[in-house]
Amino acid sequence: MRQPTSGRIQRQINLPFNQAFRISLRNITIRIGRALITGAGTLLGIAFLMSVFTQSVTLKASGAHALDDSMIARQQWLVAMSLLASAVGITNSMLMSVTERFREIGTMKCLGALDNFVVKLFLIESGLLGIMGSLAGAVIGMFLVLSVYALRGGALGGLDYAMLFQYLAICIGLGTALSILAALPPAIRAAKLPPASALRTEI
Amino acid sequence: MSAEPSNDNGGQIEEYIVRTKGLVKTYVMGDQRLNALNNVKLDIRRGEYISIMGPSGSGKSTLFNMIGGLDKPSEGTVYIDEVDMAQLDAFELAWLRCRKIGYIFQTFNLIPVMTALENITLPMIFAGVTSEDMLEKGVHLLTTVGLGERLHHKPNELSGGQQQRVAIARALANDPAIILADEPTGNLDLKTGKEIIDLLKRLNEESGVTIITATHDLKMIDVSDRVVWIRDGQVARVEERKDIALNIGEVEGEDE
Repeated sequence: MRQPTSGRIQRQINLPFNQAFRISLRNITIRIGRALITGAGTLLGIAFLMSVFTQSVTLKASGAHALDDSMIARQQWLVAMSLLASAVGITNSMLMSVTERFREIGTMKCLGALDNFVVKLFLIESGLLGIMGSLAGAVIGMFLVLSVYALRGGALGGLDYAMLFQYLAICIGLGTALSILAALPPAIRAAKLPPASALRTEI
Repeated sequence: MSAEPSNDNGGQIEEYIVRTKGLVKTYVMGDQRLNALNNVKLDIRRGEYISIMGPSGSGKSTLFNMIGGLDKPSEGTVYIDEVDMAQLDAFELAWLRCRKIGYIFQTFNLIPVMTALENITLPMIFAGVTSEDMLEKGVHLLTTVGLGERLHHKPNELSGGQQQRVAIARALANDPAIILADEPTGNLDLKTGKEIIDLLKRLNEESGVTIITATHDLKMIDVSDRVVWIRDGQVARVEERKDIALNIGEVEGEDE
């Protein structure tokens, strides 16, 4: 056994990103059931959003060349509602997944984690869940609407695929950004708790 | 005593590793103010095994949190190696928790999703140790505490005593100068508790690490160099081991 640490107090170094990434990824894979539920919040919201977008593409292809004003207003309303639904769903899941791990956060701080380690771990985790959830959601939403369209006799060849892919990218980006933003406030709050209070928390 | 931190050893090692002065912790609950600690002065020598004893609610856990830098005192000062803890910024405090102090808790507080080995390497990741060194050291530490065969078990696959051994190994990960143990035997049966106490004593003797336990387990008296009795947030008395030798027979008699 080496000599016990003694002498000058130094400053804690930063947690390298690759290490943080490994811990976060492991946190997700090991709690896969919990992660799936968290991810499902994102997935559903984004699937809805993407289905609205896809519908607008199919409508355009099926002859409604110039969407009238009320149609556009309805589309915008649906997009706003689906965004709101995803935001609430994601925030709720993230809030839960942070608060149920208060003790773990307290323990990590006792082991020398800086506040920003904790925030970093949760943001990477929520970012990963966000990417996976919104990717799956966007693909599912698009696929469902396209299937219905094809079953009703629509020609898949006549769709504006450039537009569709653009919407796909928007949905994935939006879902990921929402996930990270939603995790930020609870993660910062948890990280700032003195370790003693974080450890006392009973869930 | 000047507040000037003289933490540069220069070959000479201070006698006291932890000193507290006029420590007060007040909790405000509604209109009531509760003094969990009331003017606690305590000097802890380097390398000693000291037990802070007292009934539950006496303030020993609060004192534990103050010494360990897990909570801030309302008044008074904690010096670690003659450095006033209140003067440290977040980075220095995290370094202190990472390198200088190892914590052991009544409820073990292992990270449930990590294996025994991963739990032990976590503080080493925070300390920036390289991967190979980390694994080697982790295996060595788990072997030291008698769990060399259980490296890849999760906490829920281990018994209470085994979990506490993992926690002890984790506390030792970065070769701390101090081990702080809050009721380390509180959730363990008599025999397992005794084993944990023996393990702590062995580490204290072998590596010279200072061990500070907050406990009401009388078995602890047997191995302690000094016992600090806390009552109503104040130090009631401090006894050297030789002065309480007489009581030990009685205590062990009760246990058997």
